[in-house]
Amino acid sequence: MTGRRAVLLPTILAFGFAFLYVPILTMVVYSFNASRLVTVWDSVHSPTLKWYGQLFQSGQIMDAAWLSLKIAVMNATGAVILGTMAGFALARFGRFRGRGLLGALTTAPLVLPEIITGLSLLLLFVALEQLIGWPAGRGVTTITIAHISFSLSYVAVIVQARLVGFDESLEEAALDLGARPATVFLRITLPLIAPALLSGWLLSFTLSWDDVVISQFVAGPGSSTLPMVIFSKVRLGVSPDVNALATLMVLLVAVGVVASALYLQSRERRLAREMRMALGA
Amino acid sequence: MLQQLRQYFSVERLGRPVATAVPMLWLVLFFLVPFLIVLKISFSEVLMAMPPYAPMFEWSHDMLLAIKLHLANYHFLFTDPLYLDSFFYSIKVATVSTLVCLLLGYPMALAIARASATRRSVLLMLVILPFWTSFLLRIYAWIGLLKDDGLINNALLALHLIHSPLVMANTSFAVYIGIVYSYLPFMVLPLYANLEKHDSTLLEAAADLGAAPWKAFVRITFPLSIPGVVAGAMLVFIPAVGEYVIPTLLGSANQLMIGRVLSDEFFENRDWPVASAVAILILIVLLGPIVIFQRYRSRELGADA
Repeated sequence: MTGRRAVLLPTILAFGFAFLYVPILTMVVYSFNASRLVTVWDSVHSPTLKWYGQLFQSGQIMDAAWLSLKIAVMNATGAVILGTMAGFALARFGRFRGRGLLGALTTAPLVLPEIITGLSLLLLFVALEQLIGWPAGRGVTTITIAHISFSLSYVAVIVQARLVGFDESLEEAALDLGARPATVFLRITLPLIAPALLSGWLLSFTLSWDDVVISQFVAGPGSSTLPMVIFSKVRLGVSPDVNALATLMVLLVAVGVVASALYLQSRERRLAREMRMALGA
Repeated sequence: MLQQLRQYFSVERLGRPVATAVPMLWLVLFFLVPFLIVLKISFSEVLMAMPPYAPMFEWSHDMLLAIKLHLANYHFLFTDPLYLDSFFYSIKVATVSTLVCLLLGYPMALAIARASATRRSVLLMLVILPFWTSFLLRIYAWIGLLKDDGLINNALLALHLIHSPLVMANTSFAVYIGIVYSYLPFMVLPLYANLEKHDSTLLEAAADLGAAPWKAFVRITFPLSIPGVVAGAMLVFIPAVGEYVIPTLLGSANQLMIGRVLSDEFFENRDWPVASAVAILILIVLLGPIVIFQRYRSRELGADA
């Protein structure tokens, strides 16, 4: 490496990070701004927490946040169950009939534009309601089903990737020692892929918690999720309480992601150590 | 050993078919069937009813199945310039944004891949973190920055670099910024995954043999990284074509992207057949990129392992 490149790359990297983080930082800073005009800093009355107070007094935002939380939890749980099954089928079951179809169906949602997913699911729900009377109207159920349908693909990819790079000798050892397959699955396989399940759950939660396009299609009257409420607020103009909301969400995510990354890292290290000991290496 | 492992799963007699069938049924019902419905409705006639489209299959009085393929929706898309214009505009926006993402993301990925191991995980985390924070709110942040009385204009005016505010909000420029900003991590991550695996001894050998670093980059690093470039480019390009939120919040009302046209057609004009036809056309345009991406991904995952 010459000196010139040693400077060039880190400079671009720093610029890239500034590009990614400055907008978020401005939201955080301006959430403490007293002025109603979002872009004018009122140095006399700032910093203030009044927008945070307003946020918690807004029934609309609190209701939507609660609804989004419920949907995100149901979605993440459902997606982890279905996605793990799909990931296992794709990584472990060899060439079974329908493998190609399952593979294609699990990757399609990853690349399809959201607007098409949303439209097609709504048309399905309308057609089903006409045909068999279910789902009667649209709301939490339809949003959750829609979210699971695209989240499960992400989980399947994570689980599949984990299983492909997976050391099968531990399972073999347990089988050699006479453990029953169900025991092997519960005591060896599941703990080994637990980090993948956790990341899958967190990712599915976030995908659902953030989704606005698909929700907009499949939501009914009275089932506005938090992103839908934010979207309609923001379309009308910038408002300071959205800054406060953004700050809280950024804080929550930062803490959550960093904590789970640290947890996974220590877990990985422990697993690697245990595996070395178990294999006598 | 492998034999035993196979046995382990075949003993789970119920486990295996259930693990295959349940996600398969789910995806067929909530992914494949809906897509077929969109295809069907795109060939239907619009009606003032609920649902607002005419049936395609009908039993006529002499028990013959009548199938009506109504092609007018597609014909309409090619005659009204609104649709073709927004199609080409979307493809242009997606292409330019992908290139900008590549120009910015490649050096970032390279810098991370060449950082020390301890730094690397922190830098990676910094790339991933924005991806976890609300996409909508991050786009919203740009409204505050780009408005006529926004932070960038205020700063430039205060520094006397400009005398009147630059018009940036509700322009194509803002849409480019929004898309590059939102999808940059999708470019950096596959590139990093590729660059990180490169064998550094190749570069050492090149240097020993007297190749200048830029030459080693052009002849070794870049050719080896092409799968990462393709994956990153597809991950940016495909969703960018159908992008709805970013152009709605940052773009101009006169220049619509195709995702917005679809949504307006559906929600405002309540013309479900035309909206469905737009969706099918978007899919046809994206079919090539999607196939390329799938092929790359199945190779990465060792699908046949």
